[in-house]
Amino acid sequence: MELVKRLLQKDKRACARLITLVENDAPEARQALKELYPYTGKAHIIGVTGPPGAGKSTLVDKLTQYYRDQHKTIGIIAIDPSSPFTGGALLGDRIRMQDRATDPGVFIRSMGTRGHMGGLASATKDAIKILDAFGKDIIVVETVGTGQDEVDIIRAADTILVVTMPSMGDDIQAIKAGILEIGDIFVVNKSDLDYADKAVMELEMMLDFNLQKKWRPPVLKTVANMGEGIEEVAEAIQSHIEYVKREGLLEEKRRVKVEVELLEVLNKYIVKDILEKAKKTNEFETLVDCIVQREIDCYSAAEKLLQARNS
Amino acid sequence: MLVAKPGLDGHDRGAKVVARALRDAGMEVIYTGLRQTPEQIVEAALQEDVDCVGLSILSGAHMTLVPKVINLLRENKAEDILITVGGIIPDEDVPTLKTLGVAEVFGPGTTTQDIIQFIQSHVSA
Repeated sequence: MELVKRLLQKDKRACARLITLVENDAPEARQALKELYPYTGKAHIIGVTGPPGAGKSTLVDKLTQYYRDQHKTIGIIAIDPSSPFTGGALLGDRIRMQDRATDPGVFIRSMGTRGHMGGLASATKDAIKILDAFGKDIIVVETVGTGQDEVDIIRAADTILVVTMPSMGDDIQAIKAGILEIGDIFVVNKSDLDYADKAVMELEMMLDFNLQKKWRPPVLKTVANMGEGIEEVAEAIQSHIEYVKREGLLEEKRRVKVEVELLEVLNKYIVKDILEKAKKTNEFETLVDCIVQREIDCYSAAEKLLQARNS
Repeated sequence: MLVAKPGLDGHDRGAKVVARALRDAGMEVIYTGLRQTPEQIVEAALQEDVDCVGLSILSGAHMTLVPKVINLLRENKAEDILITVGGIIPDEDVPTLKTLGVAEVFGPGTTTQDIIQFIQSHVSA
């Protein structure tokens, strides 16, 4: 495929267009992903998650600067929410990354979630593969601003940063399940604000509960807009990836990722197949009407559609 | 859709209102923020693979900034991207901008609906 060839020759427009194709779930996208898969698996994928306004984009910007000083190339995928009503989105993460805009070693792509839950857009994993094949050394995925339960990033990244800030809640918030379980590194940004030490202490206490883990996530303080603490974060990321590789966990992590992804793709294929057949005969609409009228239930209707596919 | 503010003026209320209206019309809008160079804008347009770039200029520097953006897009073989300009543009400059390749100029009094309709009818999606 012409676009894939151009991607491998480091043509940035081909890279941009391929990401658009996977976002739109275009038929050419599947072929492209098949062809470029052998060229993936080299990049270190860093996930950055945390509540809206904690400073994720600013931290990503400063980390990128740090990596550029070390001559590493960076791909950034920045995700913002799509409107559940109109499908529109205002993607504003680039605003914090202006200094990186014209650096040829950096490729930034904004994505709307387009109705996908979990903190990522449905095409994010494929966009990561495209940037990986494009030859970026490091790919940073910035999730939408997350609350407590958007943890899809664990199936996409090798190292996860959870970015928070002071006064986000008491120590009960810190021991809840969900997002605070997934961090490999915790960053308390805006640590020039009051109660930064309290936030650090609460996270440290929460992490100390978990003794069976070999990797004890560090809790680091940053003031990202002033560039304070960035080097320490980059060093922690490096220690984490070295640990993961040393313990053979990278293979394990990636195996789990692939398993989940294969199931997702299979789901997508099957659902699409069933819907295409059912739409031709109008059976889908008919069944929906019947469910509304309470003549049949969802489960029996789904079984009917499955049977129709197999017959 | 990329909404960008080239040059040095710091008035981005208009750009934000337009960005919001386009969002509500179902578009994915990337807002670049203030004080962008033409190089930054074109690079963002290429990486984001946008269909349209909307430039908001109130500083009077449109005859310098707009041609630069258009030339950079051409150099990158991206002349297929639709360019619109909004802000304070004197009437006598509008024909020149259009010959350069600007699809439309939206001055004061334009409704957001006009902008939405123009973009929807000129971009195939």
